[in-house]
Amino acid sequence: MPFCPYFVDMTQPLTVLLFGITRDLVGQSTVAVPLTKGARVADLMTHLNEQYPALANVKSILVAVNSEYAEPDTVLTPSDEVALIPPVSGG
Amino acid sequence: MIALTADPIDFSSAYHYLQTDEAGAIDFFFGVVRNNTQKRDVQQLDYEAYGPMAVREMQKIADEACRRWNVLRYVIIHRTGVLRIGEMAVLIGVATPHRDAAFEATRYIIDTIKQTVPIWKKERFTDGEVWVNATP
Repeated sequence: MPFCPYFVDMTQPLTVLLFGITRDLVGQSTVAVPLTKGARVADLMTHLNEQYPALANVKSILVAVNSEYAEPDTVLTPSDEVALIPPVSGG
Repeated sequence: MIALTADPIDFSSAYHYLQTDEAGAIDFFFGVVRNNTQKRDVQQLDYEAYGPMAVREMQKIADEACRRWNVLRYVIIHRTGVLRIGEMAVLIGVATPHRDAAFEATRYIIDTIKQTVPIWKKERFTDGEVWVNATP
């Protein structure tokens, strides 16, 4: 395939907010994840689990997109506000 | 009224807000910090919230309670930050014409908060700490 500058940058960074145990395990309150066009919530979790194997210690992790619980097949865009939601324990 | 706050919860202002001439019942639930869990001495709880989403989720719960019962007024206040033994972590208040609905709505609100609202607590012991519910 000929070199084409248009395709050089296929990814854009997505900032993911971390709370509770996920923040403690990763050691920071946000992480930047390279986002491939069309990437879904499930792809994000695959990436994060590879990057931070300690996340496997958490019982379950949901993902919120723009302050709503998202499904694994929800497509992400760089402007979304994305957060990991470990098991909640309010009250 | 729904609020997340780092300040101590003021019960009496919640009570005044709930008072209305149509109310025959006002129910409260207070969640307070207990000094032990599973036989370990708790020193303090650290509460953390994903603020904007927590408020949205609490609003959904309140809206559903208003659909199910004849709720005249409600108050949901949750603390964040470091809480010591005996401090109030959450206040639920519901005003209804009759008591059954007030009891049921209050119970529904606190039970659902514990399931869906993005708030987390870490128990701090003399010899360690643990995020509640977070690990198998």
